[in-house]
Amino acid sequence: MRSLLTGNEAVAEGALAAGCNFYAGYPITPSSEIMHIMAERLPRRGGVFYQAEDEIAAINAIIGASWAGAKAMTATSGPGFSLMQEGIGYAVMTETPLVIVDVMRAGPATGQATKPAQGDVMQARWGRHGDQVVPVLAPSTPQECFDMTVRAFAIAEELRTPVIVLSDEFIGHGREVVEIPGRVEVPSRRRPRGRGEPPFDSPDPRVAPPMPPLGEGYYVLVTGSTHDAYGYRDTRGFETHYRLVRRLWDKIWLNMDKLFDYEERNAEEADVGFVAFGSTARSVVKAVEILEARGVRAGYVRLKTLWPLDLRPIRRLAEAARAIIVPELGMGQLILDVERAVRGETRVVGYNKVGGGEPIYPSELARFALEVLGRA
Amino acid sequence: MPSAEHFALKYLRREALPTAFCPGCFNGIVINALAKAFEEEGVEDLRNYVFVSGIGCAAWIPSPFMKVDSLHTLHGRAIPVAVGVKLANPGLDVVVVSGDGDLGSIGLGHLVHAARRNMDLAVIMVNNLVYGMTRGQQSPTTPPGLWTTTTPYGSYEYPMDVCRLLAETSANYVARWTPAHFNRLKESIKHMLFRRRRGFRFLEVVAPCTTYVSRRRGLRPGEALKELLRKSVRLEKPGKPGSGGPGERIVVGVFKDEDKPGYLDLYYSYVERARRGGTHG
Repeated sequence: MRSLLTGNEAVAEGALAAGCNFYAGYPITPSSEIMHIMAERLPRRGGVFYQAEDEIAAINAIIGASWAGAKAMTATSGPGFSLMQEGIGYAVMTETPLVIVDVMRAGPATGQATKPAQGDVMQARWGRHGDQVVPVLAPSTPQECFDMTVRAFAIAEELRTPVIVLSDEFIGHGREVVEIPGRVEVPSRRRPRGRGEPPFDSPDPRVAPPMPPLGEGYYVLVTGSTHDAYGYRDTRGFETHYRLVRRLWDKIWLNMDKLFDYEERNAEEADVGFVAFGSTARSVVKAVEILEARGVRAGYVRLKTLWPLDLRPIRRLAEAARAIIVPELGMGQLILDVERAVRGETRVVGYNKVGGGEPIYPSELARFALEVLGRA
Repeated sequence: MPSAEHFALKYLRREALPTAFCPGCFNGIVINALAKAFEEEGVEDLRNYVFVSGIGCAAWIPSPFMKVDSLHTLHGRAIPVAVGVKLANPGLDVVVVSGDGDLGSIGLGHLVHAARRNMDLAVIMVNNLVYGMTRGQQSPTTPPGLWTTTTPYGSYEYPMDVCRLLAETSANYVARWTPAHFNRLKESIKHMLFRRRRGFRFLEVVAPCTTYVSRRRGLRPGEALKELLRKSVRLEKPGKPGSGGPGERIVVGVFKDEDKPGYLDLYYSYVERARRGGTHG
């Protein structure tokens, strides 16, 4: 079925298609439409919609709901995303499947609530204290809002992890045709085969341990403290802590092949290359067309997964290119990854602007690329 | 054949025993009251219960010592996690056990809103008057004058009466007892868990920290218990004066006992309305 949807509407449709049956959230611009749709749809289809007293309550409510068996999600934006960080860390430690959508707006602090930005990249990755990895997906279109929300649920259930979908106000409020498949398959978390199978350890770090349901006599011990395979706290020993944190780390990093996704164009023959994600990547696609029409060999890597990040496509782009441009609606966060990938072998320049709903226009990016090439 | 085992063991994780509580800690009395309540109601095991706790000594009562599904959550967040569990699976009996710092300070917003919504949860707040686990700092319930590690010259703030606060909301049940009122305490637990099956049910247990309150004041646990009894004033007999020392009077009793529809009752009628296609009330 083809529908004309905003990114926020597509997120909600994706969640419902994926079987989301619990939503908790707190009003915040520019993500609220996701909440409105869930408020309208979930109660009628047997799910639960819950408007929490704040974002801290929202993230913790979906943690409880997930343990009670629900496919649970929340959506928020900058300030609310900040408030949710501790809860996301708890979900990592307790291996709780969740989907968190952050529709980025201009910050810091209250910033410009109705204006887009891309300044939450590092917060999405590293916003919690302690060592942890959370998959971060970055849609560029309403279609990808749908697809990636579905995918986020699949990853969350399979790897027992919170998953972040990092959208922004442009995509969230932009309207495009979205193809909604008739049927969407999302796997459900694995249950233990018996009472003895540990809910917090796995012989293969790439495979999440089974998640016991509540109320069925598993007597599961869930804790955010360092715990052993059966959930018993060990707040002193080295072995238990290192084993747990290492496994949680490996669970995501060793699944890089499954989690990392990107799109590229002319990556091995571009004189000038772009690395971008989200709404900015849309301008990059156009800018490359403009440059090609003028006879400039241009290419790009568009990141669809921001974390875990495979640096190899960026490295390949850098091998051919004389310069790499990293446009961001912000002061530059993704550029740090590009610099890390390129290791000084190619020139890396940022193109940064943010505020007032000003996009990075394809024409200005093309112009900037010509300047950079002239100087390179 | 009469069992040689203590009756409470069937509700406890024996591999987690002995508890980590200080000798003389009143948390043991709270566990005992819970176990007796279950025993007297003929509950064989706790498989249909989910206990949710936050951070602090009281939060350890269910986790790991009770043989029950338990979620030991972030500091202050037991209530919203419990809400999530209850709403996602209303068939489970969800009980929150945590302390005055966890529920009354960092988590107070959640507590008040759960009470306002008459959320279908039973909540036991063990009020030890301080932050015991972090070495006895002042809490929102610390009585004036009490020495704590953050008020070394005596607490000077107005303390909070959580029961009176919650009694003003739409909560169905609000009561306060102390470990010195063991039978009342146990009966309140039974009332919350077995008589009133819906809405928000709240029980405060005033149980001064053995290590950072009582011992500091030169009281042994037995003496502290006696003092609790002396200081307690029944809600229905407010005239009786207290008997000196920090927290002059402890008003105990049942502040509120109703059986209004709980959150889920209201949500289900809302869902009915939604399914009929109505948008307005």
